[in-house]
Amino acid sequence: MSVGLEHYLVLSAVLFCIGLYGALTKRNAVIILMCIELMLNAVNISLVAFSRYVVPTLLTGQVFAIFVMVVAAAEVAVGLAIILAIYRGLTDIDASNINLMKW
Amino acid sequence: MNLALLIPEITLAVFAVLVILLDLGVRQKTVLRSVALAGLVIAGGVTAAMWGGSYPAQFSNMLAVDHFALFFKLLFAGIAFLVILASADYVDKFARFQGEYYALILLSTLGMMLMAATADLISLYIALELTSISLYVLVGFLKDRKSTEASLKYLLLGAIASAVLLYGMALIFGYTGQTQLGAIARAIQSMPPSAVMDSPALLMGIVMLIAGFGFKIAAVPFQMWVPDVYEGAPTPVTAYLSVGSKAAGFAIILRVFFSAFGMPDWLSANWGAIFAVLAVISMIVGNVAAIPQANIKRLLGYSSIAQAGYLMVGLATFGFAPASSVLGQSGILFFLASYALTNLGAFIAVIAISNKIGSDEIADFAGMFKRAPVLALALTFCLVSLIGMPPAAGFMAKFYIFSAAAQNGLLWLVVIAAINSVISAYYYLRVVKVMWSGEAASGEKVPSSGAPRLALFICCLGVLLLGVIPGLVMRLAEVAGRLFAF
Repeated sequence: MSVGLEHYLVLSAVLFCIGLYGALTKRNAVIILMCIELMLNAVNISLVAFSRYVVPTLLTGQVFAIFVMVVAAAEVAVGLAIILAIYRGLTDIDASNINLMKW
Repeated sequence: MNLALLIPEITLAVFAVLVILLDLGVRQKTVLRSVALAGLVIAGGVTAAMWGGSYPAQFSNMLAVDHFALFFKLLFAGIAFLVILASADYVDKFARFQGEYYALILLSTLGMMLMAATADLISLYIALELTSISLYVLVGFLKDRKSTEASLKYLLLGAIASAVLLYGMALIFGYTGQTQLGAIARAIQSMPPSAVMDSPALLMGIVMLIAGFGFKIAAVPFQMWVPDVYEGAPTPVTAYLSVGSKAAGFAIILRVFFSAFGMPDWLSANWGAIFAVLAVISMIVGNVAAIPQANIKRLLGYSSIAQAGYLMVGLATFGFAPASSVLGQSGILFFLASYALTNLGAFIAVIAISNKIGSDEIADFAGMFKRAPVLALALTFCLVSLIGMPPAAGFMAKFYIFSAAAQNGLLWLVVIAAINSVISAYYYLRVVKVMWSGEAASGEKVPSSGAPRLALFICCLGVLLLGVIPGLVMRLAEVAGRLFAF
């Protein structure tokens, strides 16, 4: 059996769904952040796979994936800082306790 | 490559760094505000000077410098200018961090400007994140529990939305092999329609893009973050979010869906239908949920969801008749300009009042007409404009969007929108009634200082002028709406 584009895309879709499931069900804010990272990296896999199989002579997908990684790092830095600010006030990062405002 | 065309963006980046550096040495912090305002004036001035010229797309077609982009750059510079003026008193709450505050506002404005100019999925993503990350920080600027909670909610939901958006982009890139919007359009048009229909990747990608952008413009069902973030964020930031972020979201939707998916007609009719459905549920949910709200910031949050619904009526028109409905596109641009002035005006009045009385509850605004007649009058005028009554700008804005929709066979959508406008009058006028006839808690006057007053004056004057003589801005919007095919 040879590994083709479909395999990468299925892997990417599965990882994305695991990430989304985790982000929606987990209570710990840091774990939610990790699940979001999983979603972004799932996208990176499909970007690189598409780049390799659809436009093998160009590097568009790889370049896109690098940009995604950089931006994701910036996002996590801000996210962790905010979680730290919450932890200082609440000594807890359980998302179900961060409930001052509800609609 | 012509760097001179990027002067507005470069100016903002330089001034943002300059504000942070000055913050280290300057004791008189009001200097920082003047520097930030100067940066915005220069950026806006250069943008205005570029109006009328015709420039090629830059950086291997990644950034477009067309009238559409220039229109939005002017709008964003104006919004940021008014927001900084309006936060003059409010910044005392975080006196030590004023430098970062102004710098982040400049950086997010820079991101919004790039969002309006972007013509490639990669630069689109970066511009969007530059805007979003600056806003995440700004929302948490008060550092109290409510503000950090709002910031965390915004960040987590925003990051999930941008992951979904990225997945959509990856599918579109995989299907067409292109990231440049014009090249995507050419790739789609070169395929037979049956091939596009047989492979759901493109349609799935488009739906995911709509979900990601829907988060930015606060369309139902991607609006969950709005009330909480609007309530918890510092009020000037709420004002900025409600107009700047929304306008940037609409700019990017217009650009992407016109340039990449505007042809063939059956494709644009499909996404036009999605926007029509989103418009209906946004208007209904926004207006109905606003009725029981007791907090003015939450009320304006739900009202901004409903306003996004009216704007999406324009997007639906645009999808059903992309070639013939210049009025649809320019109607959206005009609506965004008038909505920016109106909503900023309302928020500036709320900032000035609630900063002094220390409360955002509508009940505490009772008798405000006696305590602060000018502010109460201005707030009333802006709320009337939000309802869409003449002579305010909101009337002309709704008139343009709805008449374009009616001309292009979307009369049912216009009827629903008109019914919703009537519902909205109830909760806007409730605030007015409390202010004008309620019993004041104390007879004490509510003073306001110079800079917010100036900002409020500009907003109200703008709302009045756009309502009475809409022709000038409408002509600009027509030029901007027509010229963004490349």
